[in-house]
Amino acid sequence: MGDLDLATLSLRDANKRLHAVTHKSNDLAWQLTNPRGAHAIAAGLDAPLSLTIDGHVGFYCGGMNKQAEITIRGHAGPGVAENMMSGMVRVTGNASQSAGASGRGGLLVVEGDTSSRCGISMKGIDIVVGGSVGHMSAFMAQSGHLVVCGDAGANLGDSIYEAILFVRGKAESLGADCIEKEIRPEHTVVLTELLEKSGIDADPADFRRYGSARRLYNFNVDHADSY
Amino acid sequence: MCGIVGLFTKNPAFEDRLGDYLSSMLIEMSDRGPDSAGVAIYRNPTGKDGVKLSLFSADDDYPWRTLAKELGKELGDKISIEVRASHAILVVHEDFPVIQAWLRHHHSELKVMSAGNTIEIFKEKGLPKDVVERFNLRDLKGSHALGHTRMATESAVTTAHSHPFSTGLDLCLVHNGSLSNHNRLRQVLAREGIEFQTDNDTEVAAGYLAWRLREGASLDEALEAAIKDLDGFYTFAVGTRDGFAVLRDPIACKHAVLAETDDWVAMATEYRAIAVLPGAEKAKIWEPAPAQIYSWGRA
Repeated sequence: MGDLDLATLSLRDANKRLHAVTHKSNDLAWQLTNPRGAHAIAAGLDAPLSLTIDGHVGFYCGGMNKQAEITIRGHAGPGVAENMMSGMVRVTGNASQSAGASGRGGLLVVEGDTSSRCGISMKGIDIVVGGSVGHMSAFMAQSGHLVVCGDAGANLGDSIYEAILFVRGKAESLGADCIEKEIRPEHTVVLTELLEKSGIDADPADFRRYGSARRLYNFNVDHADSY
Repeated sequence: MCGIVGLFTKNPAFEDRLGDYLSSMLIEMSDRGPDSAGVAIYRNPTGKDGVKLSLFSADDDYPWRTLAKELGKELGDKISIEVRASHAILVVHEDFPVIQAWLRHHHSELKVMSAGNTIEIFKEKGLPKDVVERFNLRDLKGSHALGHTRMATESAVTTAHSHPFSTGLDLCLVHNGSLSNHNRLRQVLAREGIEFQTDNDTEVAAGYLAWRLREGASLDEALEAAIKDLDGFYTFAVGTRDGFAVLRDPIACKHAVLAETDDWVAMATEYRAIAVLPGAEKAKIWEPAPAQIYSWGRA
């Protein structure tokens, strides 16, 4: 196992060593200790490695991730897994705002709560949150899935496009053009699969689905107040 | 930008190292605020009839001892004085308005940074690590403290424009963000008799709280009202004699993180400032919700 200790190694050197890993590398299992809230830890990885970060991280951890499986044993600051392309990022604690922002693929699991703007502008990423999400989550979400096992804050899915939102608890309010939709069998299949993959114990039957009413796709003067 | 840090000790054993811990937190926030830094520390209560003043002079060789003698003679009182770089802490046995008027009349070159029973404020231009060294902040002991590192966006970089701003006896405010209705609000508050030393937006927020408290509101009520009356982006930390409170605006885009253990409660703009505290890795960590008041205090 590759060991990276930020108490003795600079953040830049630690990230360099992770960036040097390819699918042909012998050692694909890595561990990072003493993160102490540093920013951009393990951002821009592009190899099928697994990395465990033992402690709390700062901003943008696992940003732009491709292929790698990153587990953060602690709290994650703003923008965890932002713009993720593929792979998986797991946070065992809570996450700050903009978790999974504009992600294009892969799976982000937050076992605790996230604060505001979780999945803002998501473009294909799947996000599963064991707890609740803050206000303005899934704002302008374009595609992918957001699964919230707790409650959602105000203005969920404001100006949403084709992302699919599942909430088990209560949504405080829905944003412009976001509506509740029926859960069809194909949605249950996806939801069951996401809960299984994320290892979060919840009954798919307890969730409600939210998505776009598709009234804001093109400018319509009758909807001017909603833009 | 700007960085805020706050530390409240739950375990008295931590009081001896309050200044040391807060200094480390402050220095971690240097990237967010390299222009100036300041702290408000709550320590050495004066007792009921004493008032403690934090005074600032732009003159590094200011004759503080002479001032103490002069004031002592005037009041027939023994004034204790502790000088730290450009600031001096005076303990006086007289009502604050009387001393304030005397200082204004006889020593208009001095600025009162804070007044109360326990609060002391030290703030200066420069990098946080230099400010920490200059005031020797690491050796301060106390129950709780707030700090601020400033990257100025809306008014000048001077000592007076630095945070914390005192908001009345034993009250202070630090702020990350910017207010958009401060000019109008300053006029309104000035008509109510609130005085301002600078054109800084945070000072208006501080003055606003002072005004609400003067009108009889509790701190929580004053903060509730602030949510309605202050327009802009903010994460505030407010220091009181017994503890501190944290408030974010309803949009909550200015960062803030809270952490709590059995020994302490800390708030900071970024977690890395909290990471310097013993036991941080095992702390309960969460982000404060928008427009919600969080407060800690001693009963």
